[in-house]
Amino acid sequence: MIADLATYAFTALGLVFFAAGTVGLIRFPDTFSRLHALTKADNLGLGFIALGIAFQAGTLAQLVTLALIWALALLAAGAVAQLVARAALTTSQEEE
Amino acid sequence: MSLTVFALTGAALVGLGVYGLLALPHLLRRVIAFNLTGSGLFLFFGAAGARGGAVDPVPQALIITGIVVALSASALAVGLVVALARSSGKVVLPDEDPAP
Amino acid sequence: MSLALDLALCALILGVSLAAVAGAGVFRAVIFFITYGLFVAIGWARLGAYDVALAEAAIGAGLTGVLLLTAQGRLRRVQADRTERPGAPLPAALAGGAVTLALAWAWFVLPVPEAPDVAQALPQSGAGNPVTAVLLNFRAWDTLLESIVLLAALLGVWMLARDADWDAPLGPRYHARPSGVLAYFGRVLPPIGLIFGVYLVWAGTETVGGAFQGGTVLAGVVLVAMMAQVLPPPRASKRLLRAALVLGPGVFLLSGLAAAALGGSFLSLSAALAKPAILIIEAALTVSIAVTLALLVIGPAEAPEPAP
Repeated sequence: MIADLATYAFTALGLVFFAAGTVGLIRFPDTFSRLHALTKADNLGLGFIALGIAFQAGTLAQLVTLALIWALALLAAGAVAQLVARAALTTSQEEE
Repeated sequence: MSLTVFALTGAALVGLGVYGLLALPHLLRRVIAFNLTGSGLFLFFGAAGARGGAVDPVPQALIITGIVVALSASALAVGLVVALARSSGKVVLPDEDPAP
Repeated sequence: MSLALDLALCALILGVSLAAVAGAGVFRAVIFFITYGLFVAIGWARLGAYDVALAEAAIGAGLTGVLLLTAQGRLRRVQADRTERPGAPLPAALAGGAVTLALAWAWFVLPVPEAPDVAQALPQSGAGNPVTAVLLNFRAWDTLLESIVLLAALLGVWMLARDADWDAPLGPRYHARPSGVLAYFGRVLPPIGLIFGVYLVWAGTETVGGAFQGGTVLAGVVLVAMMAQVLPPPRASKRLLRAALVLGPGVFLLSGLAAAALGGSFLSLSAALAKPAILIIEAALTVSIAVTLALLVIGPAEAPEPAP
């Protein structure tokens, strides 16, 4: 019961961060601030959702899998954000 | 019912890809459209192979083969586009150039 | 409930693909195409085809995305806006619509085929994952030819190099500050990717995964390492590189011939030897797939551009 409540609370919190990240993606003016919104807010949102689901996990292996998913998504998002930002940086320099 | 949804989505993707392949002059966009056609066809094929319950492994294996071949074809196409741009300074085919 | 989820997913797939075709600017089209690949991968997972979902996410979204983004960066300087307008929108739209209608019609009239059940033959195949059994045993001929198609495509890409550049390192030059964030990722990600890729191949004979998915992850590892300048780009003339390229098809062909010599037919695996044979072929194929895919994505040899 308490576990279910915790799941609801944390996934709802995660969704709030995802919504914020999405609003940032749509509303922010350039690639860099959009990346900022995506990587910061969405990674936090994903973390809260993973935490929420962790309350439903039955075994330790499932917990570790969830933690691993979050950690790997963080690393991937960081690396991709770097590459996209570099591509955008060279584009904007050439346009000026 | 879900299978029909995926199959019709696949059909729409193939049509969209065909449109892009015919209508878009930018060659990189054509490579994207070509990939949409392929992946829509895979989706249609996969949904058709799932009508007996679970997805049949034979279509799955063929689709994986297809995805890899689509990447190698795209890589060759992109290489040709870059080579064309390097030698002619254009990313459209000569007879479709709006301003030759 | 699940129908609603599928409907929403398909609406997303269609919306994103529309943006990939008609979106303003090639950069945006490429980004939407990558997003499209990820949504389609979720679609495959919804259909229960987890092997295809992995392949689509890794190859369709990942490697194709890198390929298109790199190309977009190189083409940026050429002809920006004039080429964005559609050429012949109405006939093209009619053709596309007709194809869609024909496929939709086919969906509703085609009978459900009575396919032989792979599950019955699975115990003799040497693999617990039916997809791996089909790829490396029942339809090994397709997979062998596919690995050769990959090689042919790479040869085609290499031929696009200018004569003077033939001996130059393959692909564009990447720049990364040695102490920068990218170089950090280039050192942190490869070991994790290596473990994950090898795991996918190893687990692929029994559960989800396989040589193609694992090989693609390993190709991604090679690409990240090259972009972060941790791994220097190779030259096409290197013996070891060429050996890695033909290892997979070579081992596959030899095992097929060995099967023929042992009394079966070409590429037929006897039930007793199937498991070790599949493991050996998969290991060799993985190496070749990883190297070939990475080299396909970085493109032909290029001499460094002269400083302006």
